[in-house]
Amino acid sequence: MGVILEQFPLYVQGFLQTLRICVFAAIGSLVLGTLLAGFRVSPLAPLRAVGSGWVTVFRNTPLAVVLFAVAFGLPEVGVNGSYFWFGVTGLTMYTSAFVCEAVRSGINSVAPGQAEAARAVGLTFSQTLSLVVLPQALRTVVPPLGSVIIAMIKNSAIVGAFGVGGDLYSVGLQLTSAQGYAAVGVLTGVLLGYLVLTIPAGIALAAIERRTALAR
Amino acid sequence: MRLSHLARVAAVAAALVLTATACGGQSPSPGSAGDGPTVAQDVTFEAGTTMDRLAKAGTIRVGTKFDQPLFGLKGLDGKPAGFDVEIAKIIGAKLGIPADKIAYTETPSATREEAIEQNRVDMVVATYTINDKRKERVSFAGPYYIAGQDLMVKSDNTTITGPESLKAANAKVCSVTGSTPSVTIQEYVDQANLVLFDVYSKCADALRTGQVDAVTTDNVILLGLVEASEGAFKLVGKQFTEEPYGIGIPKGDVKFCEFINTALKDAAADGSYEAAWKSTAGAVSPQTPTLPPADPCS
Repeated sequence: MGVILEQFPLYVQGFLQTLRICVFAAIGSLVLGTLLAGFRVSPLAPLRAVGSGWVTVFRNTPLAVVLFAVAFGLPEVGVNGSYFWFGVTGLTMYTSAFVCEAVRSGINSVAPGQAEAARAVGLTFSQTLSLVVLPQALRTVVPPLGSVIIAMIKNSAIVGAFGVGGDLYSVGLQLTSAQGYAAVGVLTGVLLGYLVLTIPAGIALAAIERRTALAR
Repeated sequence: MRLSHLARVAAVAAALVLTATACGGQSPSPGSAGDGPTVAQDVTFEAGTTMDRLAKAGTIRVGTKFDQPLFGLKGLDGKPAGFDVEIAKIIGAKLGIPADKIAYTETPSATREEAIEQNRVDMVVATYTINDKRKERVSFAGPYYIAGQDLMVKSDNTTITGPESLKAANAKVCSVTGSTPSVTIQEYVDQANLVLFDVYSKCADALRTGQVDAVTTDNVILLGLVEASEGAFKLVGKQFTEEPYGIGIPKGDVKFCEFINTALKDAAADGSYEAAWKSTAGAVSPQTPTLPPADPCS
């Protein structure tokens, strides 16, 4: 276990890189996923098709394949960029499919009378969704969204394998194979790094849930 | 009776397969390196030593890489081939163990120490750089070869001339996560310009598509990639580290270590070391290296 103290700066560096990946991907997938959920309940058939097509593709494809397609497919067609943003993009596309479905379940839980009343007072579809339905829907989806985001934090380890480097996963590999530390000690450190991310995320979500809860 | 009929058919089929396999085992496999070193006959060793145990067992378990062109690459015939494998054969031969009695286990970089500590292999010959950190867990015989870290770039690249030119060119450099070269190169490039993958083939792909400007690792590994690129890549040709490749054995087995060092010295003297190089890595790097002086065993 001495490795955790000896190599503490490296762990901190890995932790911060993982945190950066997760923050960008979490913001991206929450925004994109909510937008897609809007598409899926929209009155316009093409938008619904885009929404359900996106979910079908990205929810059913292994994350490693999505990341592979982004990191190696895009340069193949002439799009060059940093692997960090390729990784964040891939993770966002994948996670947004799950966010979309969680948000859609929340939209479906809002009584239809709410939307009907909103339309009756002359709100447009976008206004109905953003001002009436989504604020109620998002309350009920805090627990499932929390699970999706925590799963995303753990999935970010796969991003580390696609050229990004410097994240907790890569730190673990560097310490075990290049510097020859015993795997159990190194991986305990990596585990602690992820727990420092996921446990507070869970606590924060529980707090949000309490704060947004409605007395029923 | 339908079942027993089926069973008979299955038995005949199994027998045919077994016969075919047995035949395949006798013929020399394509791509194997010539006759190999001469196997010592009737060797005896001091009782209780590793050599004695292995010679009596008549077999040795060797950890090597299965994905390392020129050094340890598992071919379509299921047998690894390369310079590391030939070195293992030389040591096996000195123990009186013929090449076909060597059992190979894949030992990728991350699990070599574990394979030795958990007694899954008797020795590891897997482009295994000797360093102090690894010496805390395993002992090394050799070195049997000194590799050095180099850079591989596109053939038309003239701006990258060595590690010192990387910063000026703001070059992105690719290497493999957790490899020694990936740590060394951090002196020459910023973290943001370092791209890490799990295998070198991905680095080669990234170099081809322009995602990175250079790939760095030991020269021999790069030579394999240059050969495979059919002229698209070239080596910068400026080694900036010394990577002594050793043979990993259980920690503290001094007698086995000394035995291996003697075996290597003999192989260099009788030409089997050179033959091992010529038949493998010599295809890309014709200059046969001289056997480096052995480190003291501990």
